[in-house]
Amino acid sequence: MADAEGQVIVGLEVHCQLDTKSKLFCGCSTDYRSDGPNTHVCPICLGLPGAMPALNRMAIEFAMKVAKALNCEIINEAEFSRKNYFYPDLDKAYQITQYDKPLALGGYLEIEGDGGGEKKVRLTRIHVEEDPGRLLHMGNAERGKYSLVDYNRAGIPLIEIVSEPDMRSPKEARKFLNKLRATLEYLSVFDSEKEGSLRVDANISIKGSERVEVKNITSYKGVEKALTFEVTRQKNLIRRGQKIDRETRHYLEARGITQSARSKEQEHDYRYFPEPDLRPLRVKSWLDNIVLPELPDARRERFIAQYGCSPSHARTLTGELKLANFFEQVVRGDPSGLSPLAATWIADTLIGELNYRDMSLDLVDPAAMIGLVQLLKSGTITDKSGVEILRVILDQRHKGEATETPDAIVKRLDLGKAPSDDTALLPVINEVIAENPKAVEDYRHGIDASGNFLVGQAMKKTRGKSDPKVLYQLFSKVVRTKEV
Amino acid sequence: MARHTIPFEPDDPCHSFLTTCTPAEYGDGPLAGVAVAVKDNISTKGIETTCASKILKGYIPPYDAHVVGLLRSAGAAIVGKTNMDEFGMGTTTENSAFGPTLNPCDPSRVPGGSSGGSAAAVAAGMVRMALGSDTGGSIRCPAAFCGIVGLKPSYGRVSRYGLIAYSNSLEQIGPLGKTVQDISTLMGVIAGYDRHDSTSQDRPYRHTPAADIKGLKIGIPEEYFGRGVDPHVADVVRKAIARLEECGATTVPCSIPSMEYALAAYYVTCTSEASSNLARFDGVRYGPPPDTRKPWHDAFQEVRRAGFGAEVRRRILLGTFALSSGYYGKYYAKAQVARENVREDFNRIFHDVDVIAGPTMPTIAFKLKEKTDPLSMYLADILTVPANLAGIPSISVPCGSSEGMPVGLQIMGRMFEDERVVDVAYAYEQAVN
Amino acid sequence: MVTEHEVQHIAKLADIGINTEELGTFTAQFNAILDYFDTLDTVKGEGTGTSELFNVLREDEVEISLPQEDVLRNAPATEDGFIKAPRVM
Ligand SMILES: [Zn+2]
Repeated sequence: MADAEGQVIVGLEVHCQLDTKSKLFCGCSTDYRSDGPNTHVCPICLGLPGAMPALNRMAIEFAMKVAKALNCEIINEAEFSRKNYFYPDLDKAYQITQYDKPLALGGYLEIEGDGGGEKKVRLTRIHVEEDPGRLLHMGNAERGKYSLVDYNRAGIPLIEIVSEPDMRSPKEARKFLNKLRATLEYLSVFDSEKEGSLRVDANISIKGSERVEVKNITSYKGVEKALTFEVTRQKNLIRRGQKIDRETRHYLEARGITQSARSKEQEHDYRYFPEPDLRPLRVKSWLDNIVLPELPDARRERFIAQYGCSPSHARTLTGELKLANFFEQVVRGDPSGLSPLAATWIADTLIGELNYRDMSLDLVDPAAMIGLVQLLKSGTITDKSGVEILRVILDQRHKGEATETPDAIVKRLDLGKAPSDDTALLPVINEVIAENPKAVEDYRHGIDASGNFLVGQAMKKTRGKSDPKVLYQLFSKVVRTKEV
Repeated sequence: MARHTIPFEPDDPCHSFLTTCTPAEYGDGPLAGVAVAVKDNISTKGIETTCASKILKGYIPPYDAHVVGLLRSAGAAIVGKTNMDEFGMGTTTENSAFGPTLNPCDPSRVPGGSSGGSAAAVAAGMVRMALGSDTGGSIRCPAAFCGIVGLKPSYGRVSRYGLIAYSNSLEQIGPLGKTVQDISTLMGVIAGYDRHDSTSQDRPYRHTPAADIKGLKIGIPEEYFGRGVDPHVADVVRKAIARLEECGATTVPCSIPSMEYALAAYYVTCTSEASSNLARFDGVRYGPPPDTRKPWHDAFQEVRRAGFGAEVRRRILLGTFALSSGYYGKYYAKAQVARENVREDFNRIFHDVDVIAGPTMPTIAFKLKEKTDPLSMYLADILTVPANLAGIPSISVPCGSSEGMPVGLQIMGRMFEDERVVDVAYAYEQAVN
Repeated sequence: MVTEHEVQHIAKLADIGINTEELGTFTAQFNAILDYFDTLDTVKGEGTGTSELFNVLREDEVEISLPQEDVLRNAPATEDGFIKAPRVM
């Protein structure tokens, strides 16, 4: 279907660090983040004269896994090329990358489209390349600016996944990225939690106008933000009758805006040519030996079938490897009884509370979650108490305090559900009725809101331990009786 | 390992050395105590390595080239680093930022290049053997001009790890020496597989030269005796080939049609690769300091203008041009097709002959400052570059003189048949001595 | 025919820093050499581009990196373990 004038069109180029032990072309460890600058560097990744690259087999295997999972075709003979440009973080003044003979072509990734249902985002290619070093910008205008370079990151293996312009909104772009991240994590080739392990360049245009490239997006949330900013900026220009320039813009994460790159930087001529120090790759046949693990889509289908998860819960739970594993740890041994409740509590409540605290799932003990879900399932506590218990658990974990089991918290805070028989609750009901004659009158005249108000007052008196459903029934019974 | 030292304080009137190591350390092994000179584009841990360029003045590699490690474990005494054309770019060693080397046979003449320092050091008797590198003749040319033996091994037989790259796809490290036996011994030490060089092959050299060449078929390409070749030099070489026939070899005329464009293909390829290889010299990680307060392009331009000599800058420009958008197809891509054609020409000829022989250089050593025009200088490489384009082994062995200056006989062989070209050179050497 | 303007553009790409005095000489030499390179126009065939040596790979094993002082030793300017470089902002 042809896009209408004004349609947002997005394509992405995603760079992901492959989680190998050593760098792409040398034996330096990739585990550099906690060490000082220039401590994971050798003649090869420092670009010392005379040093030569030696290709890491695992990086190619990882990239092939990704290519297979994303339904790409491996080309018969892939080759590395040099991309020549000057920049202080680039140790050899060229980047070893793949140009006209990339490892993989084509393929696709399915996402949940804006229109609902699955949508295929086609891929152009996947290639392998090396990361440059890292630059710090120092000094100031008066005393002079300069840069400081740390080459620890230089030579870390990257794959670049290039999509076709198949996304139709910033939201779809975010979904593509999340799905891609999940897929790479399921493949055990990528660690999304490592700082700077993913970087995105986006191409965005409004149908009928020129395309803009947004570079330098370094976070998952940044993609949607940067693209939303661009959509607004470009639409405003069009509305005012102005032309959109075909240009490269940088995303400034801290300010949430994009900024035009200077035109000088855009005159690139990278003078690609085959890297003479590396031999070509003929690895198509390796595909047969690659056994893929269960991937997000398959796991989602299984969660629906095996645990009775709702499709939306199943999508959330399988959208992150850790979350999916956590869920299965919680429901293990109780596949029929606990799972729908566990799915709701993990996918909705737990994730919300974790996000609110900006807290990692790693800090949550599955046993605590099992205890909590069991209390809810047995009717020992109300949903409201359940949330309270979860908050206590998370706060204790977050602050590094001694942790309590859900059972202990129930005891300490006396959160056990109040007896639901009429005799115990009747005094409370009568008290509320006596204190709120106006509401009782309204309720009698069929105003539902007043009924809810009375239940609320009763809940307050029982400190949330009563079952609101039972309270409602009692009110209706008592009020009717009094009427007679 | 036991370490010993020898003093090395030579008289060096020809300026063969840029750096000398005195005393020089050595260990036990097949080359125990043998003084070996190393071209200054081969990395030596702890010893300044400059490529005869101002841009690397003071650079001390923190690692050894693979071949240097092999030399050390063979017990050799690395006595110094030899002068060369800056980054290997030249045919005379006049392009050294630290002054030219003179030819020990006639100090008014150049020693050839780019491994001129290594050749002169051997010819002057300062060392028994030396390492050079050969991108388009840089071992064979100075060997011929100085009257010694030099071998460019088959591409892949000697690791390039630690050789400061000029043109990766063409160059090899190789031995220079007074005798064929010496270069054969040195080749035995440096050849073999190295996991740090992805283009290296598991083909060690374990060979003792043998002078028996009965039944050997030698191809004589007409192009090696035609236009541009000094007739006196051609005569000397023809006589040398006649000596080989006396030893039992037969000759077969042949032709290398791709010679027509081989030199152009060579210069396009080597300058393209060089433009990329030499881009890293920006003063950040090593070399003269850039002005860090300036924007990076401005700062790098200053460092590179001051640090590189004219010929290096010219070749970087040529290579940048040959790879640039709109010209890649006309130059770089075409040159690669030309290379394949050269390879095919050799394959076809080697179907019928065992080796190919001709002059190493079209002339005797030039007078200092005789050649000033870059293109006429490039043309002097016409007879040596085909072997680099094809990757095949080629040796230059002294075969007489013209105007009192040495002439070199070049013998090229099939891919990986380095042993055979050594044997043919040995047979000639034995026949005339 | 290559113009001085083109040579200047190439010099910029190569960060080689060419000054106006040299430009004329460089351009003249350039044109003579490029004329000679034109013999490549006579090259026939497409080339097969095949090579016998392929799939040269190493295992994913960590090896010892250089000590930081060796990394910094040849750098003209350093600061707190970093290497000092020209500004890019
Ligand atoms: Zn390294």
